[in-house]
Amino acid sequence: MSAVTLNEERLQDVLRSPQTEPLPAAEALPAQRPRVTPWLATERGRAFGAAVGRVFKASLAPVLGLALFLLLWQLISVSSREPSLPGPAATWEAARLLFADPFYDNGPNDQGIGWNILHSLYRVGVGFGLAAAIGIPLGFLIGRFAFLSGMAAPIIALLRPVSPLAWLPIGLYVFKETEPASLWVIFISSIWPMILNTAAGVARVPQEYLNVARVLDLSEWKVFTRILLPSALPQVLTGVRLSIGVAWLVIVAAEMLTGGSGLGFWVWDEWNNLNVAHILIAIFIVGIVGLVLEQTLLLLARRFDYAT
Amino acid sequence: MHSYLTIENAAVVFNTKKGPYTAITDIDLAVEEGEFIALIGHSGCGKSTLLNLVAGLLEPTRGALLLKEREIRGPGPDRAMVFQSHSLLPWLTCYGNVYLAVERVFGAREPKRQLKARTEAALALVHLEHALHKYPHEISGGMKQRVGIARALAMEPKVLLMDEPFGALDALTRASLQDELMRIVAQTGATVLMVTHDVDEAVLLADRIVMMTNGPAATIGEVLTVDLPRPRDRLALAEDLHYHRLRHAVLEFLYSKQLKRAA
Repeated sequence: MSAVTLNEERLQDVLRSPQTEPLPAAEALPAQRPRVTPWLATERGRAFGAAVGRVFKASLAPVLGLALFLLLWQLISVSSREPSLPGPAATWEAARLLFADPFYDNGPNDQGIGWNILHSLYRVGVGFGLAAAIGIPLGFLIGRFAFLSGMAAPIIALLRPVSPLAWLPIGLYVFKETEPASLWVIFISSIWPMILNTAAGVARVPQEYLNVARVLDLSEWKVFTRILLPSALPQVLTGVRLSIGVAWLVIVAAEMLTGGSGLGFWVWDEWNNLNVAHILIAIFIVGIVGLVLEQTLLLLARRFDYAT
Repeated sequence: MHSYLTIENAAVVFNTKKGPYTAITDIDLAVEEGEFIALIGHSGCGKSTLLNLVAGLLEPTRGALLLKEREIRGPGPDRAMVFQSHSLLPWLTCYGNVYLAVERVFGAREPKRQLKARTEAALALVHLEHALHKYPHEISGGMKQRVGIARALAMEPKVLLMDEPFGALDALTRASLQDELMRIVAQTGATVLMVTHDVDEAVLLADRIVMMTNGPAATIGEVLTVDLPRPRDRLALAEDLHYHRLRHAVLEFLYSKQLKRAA
């Protein structure tokens, strides 16, 4: 009602106005009140809007997936019999308490979660480091000399498919101690991807580059440092990435059996305490640390991927 | 007394699944110091095989190769090769690629400062002083090939071997590199053995054109002496009657005497 009245008044205003020509008035109006372009309509604003849109689109699927995962988890926890599986909220609460003091030390069997993570990482570092120190040079030799490749092929074919934990009794028997035994398991199960990928990378160095080496009559050392190593490096790093993934998989299982410290020990310890929330937290920690290791090595690999 | 580079009765026989395959046979060629030889023939005639023989990448099944009275046994830096596919190492800069060769040849007896100067001089010779620290993937195909030439020349080889060095380049780039190569050869007095299938390139650059018959069992069909005065100018030659007679002689060999049977 009022809107119509307003319009009628304006109409009468216009009719009463002495100026019959509307054109100058229309022109004068923007000059008096310059219209400010909204920031989102400017070039930078639109780029910002597009970027927000892209981020939203890219994160939509992962966020939905995670939400569905949490929902399923909650459903399972609600519908399971007593004592029920801790739901996301209960687990989160337990994690907050746990990470409030990650580095306490109440004797050898009761250490903070930080210590346990570091113990596991340390074992992976040592076992995997030894595997790299031996596996990568071995891979180079196997890739470079066909005879060595022939010698190594049956051994690798036989030993590579062995389940990692099958090596544990051998380690315990030989070393008589749990610590070197778990390092041994990491070592022997993570060495294969590095040997195989390094050998494949070296064997696949383009003939073009080897011809350069032959025409220049380079020494074997120069061939190694200037041609084989840089050419095979991307594939060596692929082997390293796969190996560290295997090492991280194996450490939890090995520590469950050997005990003492580390994430695997902690999982088993909390199982004995029936602290299921902590077991769930351990699963997340293992997953997140594994993801970080993998992404770090992917970044490193990208640095050495030469465009040709 | 032999010539600078002597190839005597050389033959290469490959062992294939279908039995022995004679790629080239009865090759006799004497090259003088400072001479520019072009090897021309239809594809598959074994001209690259002959070049690889001189490079030492292949061993002759029969016959012998002598360079400065010494038998060629295996590859060596006294015979530098320019490859068709430039073959630069992608993880080294232009400087690094040339330096690798310089270090190999002179590293044992010259200080680092001098090796650096040699590398820079070689790249300056091919007008690449502005691209010293660029990586191969950052420069054009013609520039890559110039780095390849700089790498070969920096070694001060007794013979410069070129395997269709400009084959993968566009016509304009090829022409400018041919001109540069003529200037460099005049400047350094290099002995060159170049494989090509471009008749104009052969007549423009070479002192002698070695024409090969079709394989299998390819051999040298004819040798044409290109007695055009140097320095040669491609524009002036385009109207030179003698140039056209020489060009015609090569074309006649390739297309009427050696026309590919199953082409």
